Amino acid sequence: MTQEYRKEKKYGMVIDLDRCTGCGACMVACMAENNVPFRDNETDKLKSITWMRIYQLTNGKSYPNEEICYLPRPCMHCEGHNGHSPCVTVCPAVATDYDRETGIVSQIPTRCFGCRYCMAACPYHARYFNWWDPVWPEGMEKSLSPNVSPRMRGVVEKCSFCFHRYQLAYEKAASEDRRELRENEYQTSCTQACPAGAITFGDLINKNHAVYKIKKDPRAFRLLERLKTNPKIYYLSSREWVRRAGDNYHPEEETGKIKSHQ
Amino acid sequence: MKIDRRCFLSLGIGAAAGTALSPLPWKLMDDASIWTQNWPWTPVPPDGEISYTDSTCTLCSGGCGITVRKIDDRVVKIEGRENHPVNNGGICVLGLSGTQLLYGPTRVKSPMKKINGTFQKITWNQALSEITEKLLTLRAEGRSHTVAAIAGSSRGTVSALLQRFLTAYGSPNFYCQSSIEDSFSLSHIQPQNNKTIPGFDLENADYVLSFGTGIIDGWGSPVRMIQASNAWKTKNLKLIQVEPRLSDTAARSDEWLPSKPGTEAILALGIAHVILQESLYDQAAIDYHSEGFVTWRTAVLGHYHPDKVAEITGIDAKTIFTVGREFGQAEKPVAICGRGKGNTPVSVAEMSAIHALNVLVGNVNKKGGVFTLPEPNYISWPEISFDTKAETSLQTKQIAEGGLLHRLPSAINEAEDSVTLLFVADANPCYTLTDTKEVIRAFKKIPFKVSFSSYMDETAKLSDLILPNHSYLERYEDVPVTSGLRNPVIGLTKPIVNPLFQTKHTGDVIISIARAMKGSIESSFPWKNYYQCLKNGLGQHWNPLLNNGVVEITYIPEFEEIPRFAFQIPNDKPQVLLEGNENKMDLTLIPSDSMRLSSGYIGAPPFMMKTIPDTILKDNNTLVQIHPKTAEKLELKQGCYAILKTPRDEKKVKIHLSQGIGEDIISFPRGLGHTAYDSYLAGKGINFNELIGPVEDPFSGLDVAWGIRASLIKA
Repeated sequence: MTQEYRKEKKYGMVIDLDRCTGCGACMVACMAENNVPFRDNETDKLKSITWMRIYQLTNGKSYPNEEICYLPRPCMHCEGHNGHSPCVTVCPAVATDYDRETGIVSQIPTRCFGCRYCMAACPYHARYFNWWDPVWPEGMEKSLSPNVSPRMRGVVEKCSFCFHRYQLAYEKAASEDRRELRENEYQTSCTQACPAGAITFGDLINKNHAVYKIKKDPRAFRLLERLKTNPKIYYLSSREWVRRAGDNYHPEEETGKIKSHQ
Repeated sequence: MKIDRRCFLSLGIGAAAGTALSPLPWKLMDDASIWTQNWPWTPVPPDGEISYTDSTCTLCSGGCGITVRKIDDRVVKIEGRENHPVNNGGICVLGLSGTQLLYGPTRVKSPMKKINGTFQKITWNQALSEITEKLLTLRAEGRSHTVAAIAGSSRGTVSALLQRFLTAYGSPNFYCQSSIEDSFSLSHIQPQNNKTIPGFDLENADYVLSFGTGIIDGWGSPVRMIQASNAWKTKNLKLIQVEPRLSDTAARSDEWLPSKPGTEAILALGIAHVILQESLYDQAAIDYHSEGFVTWRTAVLGHYHPDKVAEITGIDAKTIFTVGREFGQAEKPVAICGRGKGNTPVSVAEMSAIHALNVLVGNVNKKGGVFTLPEPNYISWPEISFDTKAETSLQTKQIAEGGLLHRLPSAINEAEDSVTLLFVADANPCYTLTDTKEVIRAFKKIPFKVSFSSYMDETAKLSDLILPNHSYLERYEDVPVTSGLRNPVIGLTKPIVNPLFQTKHTGDVIISIARAMKGSIESSFPWKNYYQCLKNGLGQHWNPLLNNGVVEITYIPEFEEIPRFAFQIPNDKPQVLLEGNENKMDLTLIPSDSMRLSSGYIGAPPFMMKTIPDTILKDNNTLVQIHPKTAEKLELKQGCYAILKTPRDEKKVKIHLSQGIGEDIISFPRGLGHTAYDSYLAGKGINFNELIGPVEDPFSGLDVAWGIRASLIKA
């Protein structure tokens, strides 16, 4: 058999904010899948670890013209310019890396020594620091999944696009002598759980994947494109104020005209 | 060599610089961090074989299908079941957190008896013989009727077994929480004494007029509703939300009508006025489905002109005209009600005013409309046998008049020894019933309370005996779901794991107690165990249920069987008035529901608590939402403390300013303020139910309080 190399992929997401109801299922699906720890008081949101977090946006108008939009925020898996994601470039321990095979920004907790440069560098607040050792009440450690190692105190963690699901799917495909994954074989936990069907996940550069087409929707935008982080999460919204909330606009600037590096 | 000062300093600086430049401190720091990170208290989850099993979620009345992922015999993840008629793969925050309930610290691990105020472990034999003895003594003393039971639902075999036991034993005191379905049933002329339940074919509707219904905030079967609301997005259905607060549903609607709280019924009558005046109604359908139309029409045309309605509701007449016309002209318009999650009933007058819109446009019992369905009585068991003792004591009056649960606490508080023994199954009345203080006072007056709860909830904590049920992932049980589905569905829970603790199926416990009672009670329970009772009771449904995990009950009623809607002549005030003195308390307190907070009998597990925004709960404080102008008037600021006073109680809250609520209204999150469960939930925030009390609908007696008068004073 001739040696075939895996084709380069850029896994990414399109989140339809017109469909998102802010129900929080993606957040908990992520926590349950990835052994995310919890503490007695989770109301300090700077310290509450939520790989996927839902932000509430409002249009700033007064009653009764206020509008609300929910925005789920996983890690953006920025590609930056040629794989130079903001967090990857600053990590002194190579604990986080841009994987050119999948386009996923990895995080290896055992390599991380907790300098938190990456947290400072991430413009999306997608990274969280373990200020304490994780503690599961007696018996509840039975609910932990062996696919994702629980993290220890002093390291940074973040969304991995459920990379273990990719590995499992790839192993299965390899055992069937396939080199390519089918679209539905690898889906993240949040995508699977979303009752609103707001999240679409797939390979952004594969013409056969749904995300390839949806990301070209005229409603699409990405967060802080001006920073040239080149994120792999696209959002859709039919409301202009929501699209404008995705970046820092000058009042006279037209929505969606930011030139970003592709 | 003489060591002078200069030499000493240069040596010191040299040593410091040398050490700093050498890799030693960095290496040591690195090693130390790696070493501490590998301390053994970070668990390493053991690997094993992955398997998936289908079951049904019981954590709310939604009845979603779930697929449980196991590693060997450990449950590690709960996911939505694909192609399930209720949720088709979707799942909610509570369903996802189910593993934390199974393995959490709140589980009651064995039968417990309260001795001198603390719980002590006892064996099942001790527990069962104690309860049997008590029951036999009470019966011998002729006080069978003082035994009462509260169940979470009136449906399902476990609830039915408990009711059956009480009936055979000779007590008429079986209670369940009333719901919005009761209001719907009462607005119809009842056929053959069966309840009427609504079925909503919302997926196929093309215009939805919602009167405060939290369509995506947890009403009906929550996941199904979120899916339906997205089906509407793709086909441009128009959703109009009438609600005083910008809820998530209102935020998502095409038009939000911020009506004054409690005026929904009047707005509905104003809209009906437009439909009647412009002859947009379907006379044939009205004749077919209802009674009393002509007099009702005269009353509505006479008293509910949009100009007048506008004054009361705060929605301008032009909008009422537009909505009335759009509703009348739409092909499949649906009007729905039930505030927030719809767990509390509305007045029959309000239900009638709103459902009248569906009847007017003829969108009843057809595609895209509202269906009047019979209660799915799918359990067939042999008749109960009675002895004379049971027959006589069954004649006694129910302690709470009309069998209404909200009347039970005051009935107990007023009369001595009215209840001597209480069973509580799948319910947490000491948290979910309003005027909680009174409920707890009544509860404490009952000499012997028995809880079947799997978790140490408020009610279990106050009980004298806990007979813990298996968790829903450890047992067989039928899960009947109506919750506004087009057709009722019966799901089945299956034992995914062997029982972790010394628990016993509540069904088995009831059967064994009944059998120990001997005589006619024993013969009313002719089953070996619960499994046999379930299998026999479900008859033809059993095999498909066991194989597929779910059965849909499709039933097309004959004309004579269709319950007919009774138009209610609206009286002067179709509004339910608020408790409290308007002059002393000039604000209106209303609850707010959210998908991220569980307000039912199951408390929010730790994962769910993580999703709650800090605009609802900060540290242990509940935040209430008020409009900035209200705050200005009361000299309150964002984040400051205030004392919230209602006729029932007063509490310290934090203020959150919001443009999503009208002036003089306070919105309060429901589902916080637990005193039991674990440290992740207990002591967080305030229970809304403590601040409000029952207000009865004069027509039905149902508790229809939707808010209460309140005041806010800077603390």
